[in-house]
Amino acid sequence: MTIEPVIQIRGLINRFGRQVVHDGVDLDVMRGEVLALVGGSGTGKSVLMRTILGLNRPHAGTIELLGADVARMDANARAATQTRCGVLFQDGALFSSLSVTENVQAPMREHLRLNQGLMDELAALKISMVGLPPDAGPKRPGELSGGMRKRAGLARALALDPEIVFLDEPTAGLDPIGAAGFDSLIGDLQRSLGLTVVMVTHDLDSLIAICDRIAVLVDKKVRVGTMAEHMEDTHPWIREYFHGPRARAAFGAADRGKG
Amino acid sequence: MSDPGWIREAETGGRQVLSAGGDWTVTGAGALEAAVKSLKPKDEPDVALDLSDISALDTAGVWLLRQAARRYEEAGASVAWEGVAERFRPLFDLVAENEGHKPERPPHANALIAAIARLGKTTVEGWHEAVALTAFIGLATITGLRACLRPRRFRLVSLTNQIEQTGLNAMPIVGLMAFLIGIVLAYQGAIQLRKFGAEIYTIDMLAITIPREIGVLLTAIMVAGRSGSAFTAQIGTMKVNEEIAAMQALGLDPMEILVLPRVNALMIALPILTLFSIFIGMVGGAAMAIVSLDMAAVQFLNRLQEAMTIKHFMVGMVKAPVFAYLIAVVGCYQGLRVSGGAEGVGRLTTRAVVLSIFLVIVADAVFSIMFAAMDI
Ligand SMILES: Nc1ncnc2c1ncn2[C@@H]1O[C@H](COP(=O)(O)OP(=O)(O)OP(=O)(O)O)[C@@H](O)[C@H]1O
Ligand SMILES: [Mg+2]
Repeated sequence: MTIEPVIQIRGLINRFGRQVVHDGVDLDVMRGEVLALVGGSGTGKSVLMRTILGLNRPHAGTIELLGADVARMDANARAATQTRCGVLFQDGALFSSLSVTENVQAPMREHLRLNQGLMDELAALKISMVGLPPDAGPKRPGELSGGMRKRAGLARALALDPEIVFLDEPTAGLDPIGAAGFDSLIGDLQRSLGLTVVMVTHDLDSLIAICDRIAVLVDKKVRVGTMAEHMEDTHPWIREYFHGPRARAAFGAADRGKG
Repeated sequence: MSDPGWIREAETGGRQVLSAGGDWTVTGAGALEAAVKSLKPKDEPDVALDLSDISALDTAGVWLLRQAARRYEEAGASVAWEGVAERFRPLFDLVAENEGHKPERPPHANALIAAIARLGKTTVEGWHEAVALTAFIGLATITGLRACLRPRRFRLVSLTNQIEQTGLNAMPIVGLMAFLIGIVLAYQGAIQLRKFGAEIYTIDMLAITIPREIGVLLTAIMVAGRSGSAFTAQIGTMKVNEEIAAMQALGLDPMEILVLPRVNALMIALPILTLFSIFIGMVGGAAMAIVSLDMAAVQFLNRLQEAMTIKHFMVGMVKAPVFAYLIAVVGCYQGLRVSGGAEGVGRLTTRAVVLSIFLVIVADAVFSIMFAAMDI
């Protein structure tokens, strides 16, 4: 695998009013890796994701996404980049006036010219891939459970088989079996499509199972490293995170799984 | 870097070989689907599907390749997959596992039957809505009466806030509208009455129509469009966000917290706005009358004093709280009925405005009949 950054963030500063959320964030995401983004509530994980996608204008700093500067993109370049990125928002953000199938087809309809028949087939494939039953297709988002909405949002994120997917807490609200299935789905896609995944997660099992590197948001900055490197870190929050009782339980389970 | 995908059939070494190459991704899926559909299987027993030239593949590509293989299998051939790169294996497994789950589309009903069914459904829904609205009015009244026993439940902060939004903030637009209507009425009235040499009665006309009908009716319609819709949208959005459910779960009564302050606020604000709009309407009428009738202000006021009676004014003011009640109750009721997301909020907001204006006009007609019977 070539080591080529698909996202490059330099000196990013984000603030809302007087509240500084990010203060000099540097981050590289390599092609084909699964990068987890962790941090306490309100440390700016979702804001960082939105900023990378150009949905939030940073106060300072540069972001390169797939080789183009996010701040300076024109409309065409932006559309081209968007077809190569898939996003799952924290609360699903499905279009409430469309059925699940139409939600999945929305990006195809916007960016490609495909027959309705083919779009139906591809949408059904995606819906099944994320573990939704076929009868979920014609339903409106309002008629789904929280976990099902999350899966439908993932199906929409994967609609165009993107190169990078951004997932904001994908396994929150899923049952443990579903969450494990999701981990293996991401693993499969990453291996076969060379998918790059940027994933906000608090799910330690996912971290252990599929993440190559972990970016921790502490003190308004990002510290990136592998699991082993973070285990050595002396920052109190990071210590607590990787050595707390839940982390020990998850590591224990992972070891038992291997052994 | 994109390399358009292709698929072709050839006979090599006495064997049918179907080879595919290039990018088999969703970007080119439209063209690839056409290519797959144009494949013409003959009756050959064995076909090899050679994928060694494929440079990029995604789930859409895999699905199309499987579709190609299926065409040959349906024609009776057995298909051997060859040259599948190891990295693509999981992708094939993924698609194979998840294929064929397409839900069946419901059959289309006959258009005439569908139209009749829709008519019936609308009628029944209309009836249900009338019943539910009546029940809601009852519930609102009971909640209001219960709150009278415990005045703390009137929620003064929320009430004043709503009065500010629905009353104070509406004054500029209501005033402007009333002023313009006053001008239009005076002007049109003067032109028509001049034909009979009865221009002076323009003032009588203003003194009766504005306090009695126009002032209150137009203000109510303006407020229905401005505040009734806001009630539905606010409460509907809270419903969508499950805030209403959260209130109920916490033992807070949405009727008391959301509906009561809005109903009370509007019943205070609309009469004040009506009073204001009658005053400004008369000012507009007077301005026009003085300009176009060449009348001195003193003369106008003298005539006005004779024509305007407290009776017409009271008729208008009595209607205002009733209209306010209708607008507020319909707005809140439709808000609480919202289900299924942003679209529902929009639909029911429209409905609230239409229904409340309709009810206001019906109520106005009922008042007219009532006052006529009472000789007022
Ligand atoms: N549009 C906004 N206006 C003002 N402040 C905002 C806005 N969006 C986010 N913030 C603030 O930025 C901070 C980071 O928010 P963010 O949503 O990124 O948190 P998070 O790390 O995703 O948390 P969680 O794990 O709870 O999802 C919060 O303190 C939030 O209050
Ligand atoms: Mg978040």
